[in-house]
Amino acid sequence: MAVPGFVLFFIFHTYPALQGIFYSFTDWKGYGNWEFVGLKNYLNVFKDDRALDAYLFTFKFAIISTILVNIFSLLIAMGLNAKIKFQKTLRAIFFLPYILSILIVGFIFNFMFSHLLPQIGGNLGIEMLAKNILGDPNLAWIGIVIVAVWQAVAFNTILYLAGLVTIPEDLYEAASIDGAGVWRKFWNITFPLIAPFFTINMVLAMKNFLMVFDQIVALTGGGPGKSTESISLLIYRGGFEGGEFAYQSANAVIYFIVIVLISIIQLRFLEKREG
Amino acid sequence: MTSKRTNWTVTILLMVASLLILFPLYLTITIALKTPQEMAGNLLALPKSWQWENFTNAIEMTNFFNAFGNSAFVTVFVVIFTVLTNSMVAYAVARNFHKRFYKFLFYYFVSAMFIPFPIIMLPIVKQTAAWGMDNLVGLIILYIVYNLSFNIFIYVGYIRSIPKELEEAAIVDGASTWGVFWKVIFPLLAPMNATVAILTCLGAWNDFMLPLVILSDREMATLPLVQYIFQSQFSTNYNLAFSSYLMALAPMIIVYIFAQKWIISGVMKGSIK
Repeated sequence: MAVPGFVLFFIFHTYPALQGIFYSFTDWKGYGNWEFVGLKNYLNVFKDDRALDAYLFTFKFAIISTILVNIFSLLIAMGLNAKIKFQKTLRAIFFLPYILSILIVGFIFNFMFSHLLPQIGGNLGIEMLAKNILGDPNLAWIGIVIVAVWQAVAFNTILYLAGLVTIPEDLYEAASIDGAGVWRKFWNITFPLIAPFFTINMVLAMKNFLMVFDQIVALTGGGPGKSTESISLLIYRGGFEGGEFAYQSANAVIYFIVIVLISIIQLRFLEKREG
Repeated sequence: MTSKRTNWTVTILLMVASLLILFPLYLTITIALKTPQEMAGNLLALPKSWQWENFTNAIEMTNFFNAFGNSAFVTVFVVIFTVLTNSMVAYAVARNFHKRFYKFLFYYFVSAMFIPFPIIMLPIVKQTAAWGMDNLVGLIILYIVYNLSFNIFIYVGYIRSIPKELEEAAIVDGASTWGVFWKVIFPLLAPMNATVAILTCLGAWNDFMLPLVILSDREMATLPLVQYIFQSQFSTNYNLAFSSYLMALAPMIIVYIFAQKWIISGVMKGSIK
């Protein structure tokens, strides 16, 4: 069974990936004739403002969202792990966003940003809320971060919770007897013991956010202007609508290298910290 | 050991935070039941009277049952065949791990997790169109094959923890490899199968990008894709749009309400691996 699995995987995954790499050295538009152009596409990507903006936006978005998601999900997981009432219900509520379609969640938030917040802002006389942040090239990315974080916290919380329940209660009691405060207990017990989960969460969250697509389609479609165009969206648009098959393939190869590099750097760095 | 008292501060903080999760859903439900006239008033208010017609209108407009059928068809087949085939491939890899080829296969599948979809996206669309796979069946096949990457990773780890003696006993009794897999291994994989089924189900039901690029015919659109296609037609009729969203979200929410314990523990198991 492994061989047919391998063959199918090769046909539908590796072969297209190789094709993508192959065409990235040509000038194919997605139809018609093509010729080899060497590294021209790659050089052009580096000179292309639209591509550079997409990379900058994607990085800014991914880094900020990764940090926020990890802070919130660790806090919620620690809360859920404490001695609380309604633990099961609360856990179920916090995990709920994970099962929902990101696209549809995005549409719902889109409405909240465009109608609800301006209404509330208008009623309370708060200037900042009175306009739709998705319509402002400088603020639209915040809306995307909010939706992405709202959704992603669910999964990361569960991962942290899985780590937290393995920490024996006596450790904290011993620390309390020694007079350690909440803050010291966190840095000296909790954090070192869940460090492997921290690593996984950081790497996974970062990787997923670098591929952001659904949220942007639902919220801004890349706009206003091109201010929230992510790399995935750019490849999709350029490749299918712009007749830039070869050029966007080159972009995708660069994107792939970037993701692998970032994942490796993160793993190295975080594992070193784990000691 | 003294039993600790309930930490009410944390309980209340979490309850307040959980409102942030529930609020968008409250908004979705109430708006789905309002009239367009009410949208001019306070958006947070409850509907004055429940407009069930919004749902019938949305069903008619988006051809909801068609899209629901498409999503259900894809999800059911993907879940069943992913569990059956991916576990089998993983078994073959796990039990032949000492052979170089199978070890290579393992790393081959697993490293594919790092390949971002956009690099395959443009060529695979050409390929599926050329092979007549730009339809639901093609979509199902792609999901099953792509799922191998992650599932091999979690299945192989699990299978290698199953003692070989169990299989050897079955082989002595004259069972073939095929028989051993179905009679001995597959039942033992039950917890992993559940995890894989849950993750696959959520993935297939909610996915937007693959149906967007693969499916060529509007009639085949899955539920998330339909919401996207109808954005311009919903235009400013948010009541219609929200009742459509709610119907697309509802099946998973209903499943979740009844099975949340298993879903959460299933996802947890898959992620610790």
